Amino acid sequence: MILDGKIPSGPLHEKWDKRLSEMKLVNPANKRKHRIIVIGTGLAGASAAASLGELGYTVDVFCFQDSPRRAHSISAQGGINAAKNYPNDGDSIERLFYDTIKGGDFRSREANVYRLAQLSANIIDQCVAQGVPFARDYAGYLTTRSFGGAQVSRTFYARGQTGQQLLLGAYGALSRQIRAGTVTLHPRTEMLDLVVIDGHAKGITVRDLVTGRIGSHAADAVCLCSGGYTNVFFLTTNSIMSGVTATYRAYKKGAYFANPCFTQIHPTCIPVTGEHQAKLTLMSESLRNDGRVWVPKIKGDKRPANDIPESERDYYLERKYPAFGNLAARDVTSRATKEVCDEGRGVGPGGRGVYLDLGGAIGRLGENTIRERYGNLFEMYERITDENAYKQPMRIYPAPHYAMGGLWVDYDLQSNLPGLFVLGEANFSDHGANRLGASALMQGLADGYFIIPYTIANYLANIEPGAVAPDAPEFQKSCEEVEAFTKGLFAVKGKKTAHEFHRELGKLMWNNVGMSRSEASLKEALKRIPEIRDEFWKNVTIPGSGRELNQELEKAGRVADFLEFAELLTRDALQRDESCGAHFRVEHQTADGEAMRDDKNFSYVSAWEYKGVDKEPELHKEPLVFEHAHLAVRSYK
Amino acid sequence: MNLTLYVWRQKNSKDKGRLVRYEAKNVSTDMSFLEMLDVVNEGLIVKGEDPIAFDSDCREGICGMCGQVVNGVPHGPRKKTTLCQLHMRHFKDNDTLYIEPFRAKAFPVIKDLIVDRGAFDKIIQSGGYVSVHTGGVPDGNTLLIPKHDADTAMDAAECIGCGACVAACPNGSAMLFTAAKVSHLAALPQGRVEAARRVCAMTEEMLAQGFGNCSNHYECEAVCPKGIKVKFIAKLNREFIKAQMPGNESCTGRG
Ligand SMILES: Cc1cc2nc3c(=O)[nH]c(=O)nc-3n(C[C@H](O)[C@H](O)[C@H](O)COP(=O)(O)OP(=O)(O)OC[C@H]3O[C@@H](n4cnc5c(N)ncnc54)[C@H](O)[C@@H]3O)c2cc1C
Ligand code: SF4
Ligand code: FES
Repeated sequence: MILDGKIPSGPLHEKWDKRLSEMKLVNPANKRKHRIIVIGTGLAGASAAASLGELGYTVDVFCFQDSPRRAHSISAQGGINAAKNYPNDGDSIERLFYDTIKGGDFRSREANVYRLAQLSANIIDQCVAQGVPFARDYAGYLTTRSFGGAQVSRTFYARGQTGQQLLLGAYGALSRQIRAGTVTLHPRTEMLDLVVIDGHAKGITVRDLVTGRIGSHAADAVCLCSGGYTNVFFLTTNSIMSGVTATYRAYKKGAYFANPCFTQIHPTCIPVTGEHQAKLTLMSESLRNDGRVWVPKIKGDKRPANDIPESERDYYLERKYPAFGNLAARDVTSRATKEVCDEGRGVGPGGRGVYLDLGGAIGRLGENTIRERYGNLFEMYERITDENAYKQPMRIYPAPHYAMGGLWVDYDLQSNLPGLFVLGEANFSDHGANRLGASALMQGLADGYFIIPYTIANYLANIEPGAVAPDAPEFQKSCEEVEAFTKGLFAVKGKKTAHEFHRELGKLMWNNVGMSRSEASLKEALKRIPEIRDEFWKNVTIPGSGRELNQELEKAGRVADFLEFAELLTRDALQRDESCGAHFRVEHQTADGEAMRDDKNFSYVSAWEYKGVDKEPELHKEPLVFEHAHLAVRSYK
Repeated sequence: MNLTLYVWRQKNSKDKGRLVRYEAKNVSTDMSFLEMLDVVNEGLIVKGEDPIAFDSDCREGICGMCGQVVNGVPHGPRKKTTLCQLHMRHFKDNDTLYIEPFRAKAFPVIKDLIVDRGAFDKIIQSGGYVSVHTGGVPDGNTLLIPKHDADTAMDAAECIGCGACVAACPNGSAMLFTAAKVSHLAALPQGRVEAARRVCAMTEEMLAQGFGNCSNHYECEAVCPKGIKVKFIAKLNREFIKAQMPGNESCTGRG
C-alpha cells in the first residue's frame, strides 16, 4: 500500500498556514467533554498535556516514573536549536530546514521539517516566558553556541542541563493544569496495551506499578509521547527504564512502525568499563565546539596523551572533513572513530576510545571560561572515570543514543489508526536517517506546544465525545490479554534474569546491527534474535507476583517487547539496501568510506504492519517527494 | 573488594520492615553504587529471592529518581554526588554499609528503598511556575535579564527534586527544595509578577503536605547532590516577609 502523509498542497512555506486555516475547531463549550490520554511526560508529553489542558480538554497523563519531572528528556545536556538568527551569522528558517533535511540524509518529509524550522523560534520565546534560565550575555541577551552538523550558532542552552530546564518549564505548565483540574496525573503507571475500537484508538490498558492492578482508561483520542527505543541495544545513553513497550504494543494493535532501522550512534560517550555497567554516559557534543578529536598516528601507542607530541597526533576529523572538522555530523564522526579504533589506534582500556582534547581551548580561553561552559560535564567525567579532564584529554567512544524511527504519522502527527497521535521521539517524522544535535528537544516541544493543540482538534471535531463507554467489551478483552501476558511471564520459572537476556540481545544488536551493517551480519541477527526470544520464554525467571510492586516483572515485560522489536529493526535494516545517514550498509559506500544513498530505489519511508510474532510484517511505503530541497550528496568535507 | 550490606527490607507500606544482611562479593571499583546493588540483585533473583527494590532511571545524576541513605547520609559519603554517580572506589574493602530509604513523614515508604515523593509534586502544583499559557508570548529578548540574575536563577533551578534535603533534615523540612523553586522564579522578571503569591502558596502547601519547618540545621545543603545553597532559604524568607507587607494582599489570612 502507498501511504499518504496528507501533506497540504502549495508552496512549502505556506503549507502550515494553509493547514491551520483548513482545520476544524472544537467548540469551547465542548472541549471539556473530550477526554484525551497522553502517555509520557517528557518534553513532548508534558508540553502536549499542559497545552491541551489549558485549552479546556479533559486530559489524563501517564508516566512510569514517580514524578512527571523525571522523564528521560531531563538528561538532555547540550541545547535546543532555533532559527532566531540572533548572532546575525546568516541563519534563517530556510537554513535550519535545509540543515535538518541534509543532516537526515534526505530521508525525512520536507513539509514536516520546514514546519519544525518555522516553529523553532516560538519555542524559545515560550520557554523564556515560563522562566527557563537560558544562558545570557552581560548585556542580558540570550546567547547561543554552535552544535554538530551546523555552521551557524543557533543552539540555545542552560549550562549543560538544557533538557532539564526545558522539561522543568513544561512540568511547571503541566503542574499548573493539574492544579486547575484539567489534567489528571497517573505516575508509576505503565501503558501495556492500546485499545482500538472500530479502527479508532479509544483507550489504553495500564498496570499500576505500585499495586499491580491492571485496568483500562477510555478516551476520545490517545497521544503517545513515550520516547525512543534505543535501549534495544542495552548499553546506551538512554535512561534505563526507556523502552519500546508503548509504541510496540500500539504497533501490535495496527499502528505502522516507520524506519525502525534509523538509530543514531552518538560519537562522544564515556567508553565502556565492564560487564556490570547499566548504561553509558554521554559527554555533550557541545564539547566538540572547543575540543579537538584525535588519536596517535602510530598503532598501539601506549604513551600518556600529554606525552604525545603534536606531530604524532592524528586529528582525523579535521583531516578528513576540513569544512566541518570536529563538528561533522554524528554518524560521520562515529564511523570515523570506529575506523581509527579498528585500525588499532584507539586509546584507553581495550583500545575502544579516542581523545577529545580541550587542552588548546583551555590554553586559549583559560580554565575558567571552559569551566563556565562545561563545568558539570568535566565533573561528571571525573566522577565516572576518576580522571581530571582539565589536565588530560577525555576519552570518548560512540554509543547508541537516539531513535529516528518510530510510529508512522501523517502531517497532523496522526498514525494510520485514527485517534492515535504520536509525538516526540516516539514518532518517525522529522529527522530522517540521522538527527542533528539539539533538534530532538526542538521537535518534542514543537509537537507538544504548537502542533498537537491544532491537529487533534481537527480529529475531535469530527467525532462524538465519549462515544465509547469505559465498560465496552474491548476494554475487558484488553485487560484479559495483559493479565495473560503477565501470567505467561511468571509461568516460565526459568533460571536467567531478564537483565541477562537484555544484555545478550544488546550485544548482538550492537555488533551486528550497530554502527555498520552488512547483509551477512543482519541475516545472522535475524537468525539469532528468535533464538534468544525462544530461550527467554523458556528460561526467564521473575520472583514475586504481579500483585505488588515488582521491578523484575516490569523489566521482563520491556525485554520481551525488545526481543520482538529487534527483529523488526533488523528486518528493516536488511530491506533498506542502501546506506543513508546513520544507516550504514557496508555494501554501499564510496571509495573513501562515505555512505552511498540510492535515491532511485529507496527514497521512501518504510512503514511496517504487524502480522503476528513469527510472521513477516508487511511493508508499506510513503514516497518522499522533494519539491524544494535539492537532493544532494551529503558532504561534510 | 567485598562488602557487607545491611539493607532495609519492607514488603509494602503496611509491613514493619527490617534490616537484612547481604554480602556483596568481588565489587569492582569502577561500579556505581547502584550497579553494585544491581549485581547483588541478580544474585538474589537467581536464588529465587525478592530483589531489593530501589528507584533509578537516568543513572547520571539528573533525573532525581535515585536516593537512599548510606551509613546515615542521604546519597552516601561523596559531596555533590547522587547515588547513581557515586562510584565504589570511594569505599574500602570489607566496609559495612547500612542502606535505608529516605525517611520523612511526608515520604511514606512504598517498598524497601522506594518512597513516595508525590508531596514534592504537590508543592510545585501549588505555584512553582509562571502562569503563562502556550502561545502569545513576546520575543525571548524583549525582557533583558542581567547575566547575574540568569545565573542565580540557574543555580537554584538545578535542583533535581530528589528529596535528600528532606531526608537529612531533623524536621523533615522541604525548605531547600521549596526555596530553590521560589528563588529561581523570583530572580527572573517573568517570575517576579507572581512572586508574592507563589511564596505564600508554596510554603503553605509544604506544611500541608506534612513537611516540617526550617530551624537552620543546614543538613540539607550538606547532602544536596546539586549544591543548592541555603542562601536560597534566606531568599525565600525575604520573599515571604515582602509578601506580608501592607498593601500586598497575596498572603492575607495565610501563612
Ligand atoms: C543523554 C542524552 C542527551 C541528550 N541531549 C540532547 C540535546 O542536547 N538536545 C536535543 O535536542 N536532544 C537531546 N537528546 C535527545 C532528547 O533528549 C530526546 O529525544 C527527547 O528528550 C525525547 O523526548 P520525548 O518527550 O519524546 O520522550 P521522553 O523524554 O523519553 O519521555 C518518555 C515518557 O514516556 C513515558 N513512558 C514511556 N513508555 C511508557 C509506558 N509504556 N507507560 C507509561 N509511560 C511511558 C515515560 O515515563 C516518560 O515520561 C539527548 C538524549 C540523551 C539520551
Ligand atoms: S534541593 Fe538538593 S537535595 Fe533537595 S531535592 Fe533539590 S537537589 Fe535534592
Ligand atoms: S538515577 Fe537519575 S539521578 Fe540517580
